[in-house]
Amino acid sequence: MCLAIPVRIVSVDGDEAETEIAGVRRRVSIVFTPEAKMGDYVLLHTGYAIGVIDEAEAEETLKLLEEIASLSEVH
Amino acid sequence: MDDSILLAHGSGGKLSHELVEKKFLPFLANPALNKLDDSAVFEASGRLAFTTDGYVVNPIFFPGGDIGKLAVCGTVNDLAMNGAKPLYLSLSAIIEEGFLLSELEQIVQSIKKAAEEAEVSIIAGDTKVVNRGQADKLFITTSGVGIISPGVDISGANARAGDKVLLSGTIGDHGIAVMSQREGLRFSMTLRSDCAPLNKLVSQMLEVSSRIHCMRDPTRGGLATTLNELAKQSKVGIAVEEAKIPVKEEVKAACELLGLDPIYVANEGKVVAVVDSADADKILARMRKNRYGRDAAIIGEVTKEHPGKVIMKTKLGPSRIVDMLSGELLPRIC
Amino acid sequence: MEFCGGHTHAILRYGIRQLVPKTVEMRSGPGCPVCVTATADLDKAIALAHLPDVIITTFGDMIRVPGSYSSLQKAKAEGADVRIVYSTIDAVEIADDNPGKSVIFIGIGFETTAPTIAASVLKAQQDKIENFYVLSLNKLTPPVMKALLDSGEVKLDGIVCPGHVSVIIGSHPYEFIPQDYGVACVISGFEPLDILLCIDKLVEQIEKGEPKVEIAYPRGVKPEGNRKAWQLTENVFEIGEANWRGIGIVPQSGLKIRKKYERFDADKAFTVSLKPPREPKGCRCGDVIRGAAMPLECKLFRKFCTPERPVGPCMVSSEGACAAYYQYGTIENSQGF
Repeated sequence: MCLAIPVRIVSVDGDEAETEIAGVRRRVSIVFTPEAKMGDYVLLHTGYAIGVIDEAEAEETLKLLEEIASLSEVH
Repeated sequence: MDDSILLAHGSGGKLSHELVEKKFLPFLANPALNKLDDSAVFEASGRLAFTTDGYVVNPIFFPGGDIGKLAVCGTVNDLAMNGAKPLYLSLSAIIEEGFLLSELEQIVQSIKKAAEEAEVSIIAGDTKVVNRGQADKLFITTSGVGIISPGVDISGANARAGDKVLLSGTIGDHGIAVMSQREGLRFSMTLRSDCAPLNKLVSQMLEVSSRIHCMRDPTRGGLATTLNELAKQSKVGIAVEEAKIPVKEEVKAACELLGLDPIYVANEGKVVAVVDSADADKILARMRKNRYGRDAAIIGEVTKEHPGKVIMKTKLGPSRIVDMLSGELLPRIC
Repeated sequence: MEFCGGHTHAILRYGIRQLVPKTVEMRSGPGCPVCVTATADLDKAIALAHLPDVIITTFGDMIRVPGSYSSLQKAKAEGADVRIVYSTIDAVEIADDNPGKSVIFIGIGFETTAPTIAASVLKAQQDKIENFYVLSLNKLTPPVMKALLDSGEVKLDGIVCPGHVSVIIGSHPYEFIPQDYGVACVISGFEPLDILLCIDKLVEQIEKGEPKVEIAYPRGVKPEGNRKAWQLTENVFEIGEANWRGIGIVPQSGLKIRKKYERFDADKAFTVSLKPPREPKGCRCGDVIRGAAMPLECKLFRKFCTPERPVGPCMVSSEGACAAYYQYGTIENSQGF
């Protein structure tokens, strides 16, 4: 069971949070990520946030992925 | 009048007449309908196009439309896809006992608005009422008649190698808008269904080119299914590029959330056109001038290779086969 | 081998197989929770659906899988109340809204989903919802990887480890794989470039002869995983054996509801009589799940087994290898269909 997508926390309300991605809003449970706060990105899986996305790591990976993407454009 | 539909509204007696006279006629009035004869009489000569459709959408109200608007646009579009100018529609409603009259009024208003925009008249109608539980609120069946100008020959079997494939705008809007209203999926967005009558867009396309070979609206089953239908009917191959297919960010996000592929999600206001490559650019330019064609794009072409199959070049580079939708579009978890 | 069905799907959808050099051969593993549900367990779910005053709630993928004699979809058409839910939260709500019925949630999935099922049991208890039950068919990833490696059926050099299972369990549970079997392990994300990056790192480990567990999805996966989620899971579930389709019983690879929550256990609350399970003739789902066969090698693939008329689960579930191959096949492997 692997489908989880990154969504941004708009507001926190106890055990739940209002999240948003590209204009789509959804209420999710944050029982597994109580440390999540407004502005954080979390991984959403079947209505629950299963982990907070590490922004620094995300940026690192994004850089790496962009590097690969530019290499593959060459070939 | 009472505030919800009773079985008596369908019995043919006084309440039935009241229903038609107060809830339908004032909004859909036209000479043929007003006569309230058993059948509508009209004159038409030339090549006629005729279509029928059933509408059982759930929920009946969704962002951007309702079952009434859908019924009119869907029928009008079916006629337009063969290059016909839609003229007259018939509309039959099967209503569940207990359905709110206020909701019925809303739907009839939508039907009126859509018919006005498409410039068609609803000249025959029927209403029946069934016991509570025997119909899911409201089912609508329509049929439509249109007239095809001489020289216009548009059919799913006419695609030829070398033709370009045009798409009038973003895909997946309707299906996702409807799904967002379904219980359990529970996401909200500003996205509206793309439900719209396309007959004027089509007639504008026909004005600039007489070399439009096929047109189809990618409704249930989405763009992928429609492209497959055309490929099989014309016995040609179709090659499209994923990067060229317009998809709204919201639709992409919602599809990710649900594990769906936008190319399989229903549209109710889009047209796929297969045209002679020489005219592709000017048809595209004309489409973009119409409000329903603003995001139109050339998404691919027709080939001799792999007849009957649709190939898509993915964003990453390699190509893969795109099959028709099989089974139901179920939200994926994994 | 990629373990996770989501990776199988992504690999085929993005044409990854065509981008990697011919020296890299990719096999799909048992990472599709629908595909690895034992036929007998599915038969049980279908039998439960036919009980009076029962509402079955399930994730979408399950309803079309053919059991020995029927499917949840067929049961629904025959009048059973079978509802697709997106989240366990919805299943609990359905129970709350239907106090006169028993609502049974078919609990399939791996470690990504297990916490959400545990959370639903706790919520039902908290809100005193008496009519909510779970049929616990949850399975665990590292034990089945061990079983596959022990069988030696497929000589693996590297494993693309599941991305979101790892968000929950972290990277430590995989350490036995390089240590005891010398097989490289890289945890991957799901974007096409994530997967290519992962394969690149696997090849590097293999070429250097230095197998280890690497996280190529650092934005989501921490070595210790999500402790809170796992604690909640361990509160409700205990580890026991599980019956994997195509593999058989694998010890310590499934989750069972603990005694203190046994009133939510569908297995304890309901009895159904079942006919002996039977596998469809000629179906090679078991082999495909273990990576021992490719979908194209199954004689039924595409000819008799299609998404509209699936013979086995691998063709039904969108995560199944056969379905992915069918839907995203290239011209080269379309075998003139």
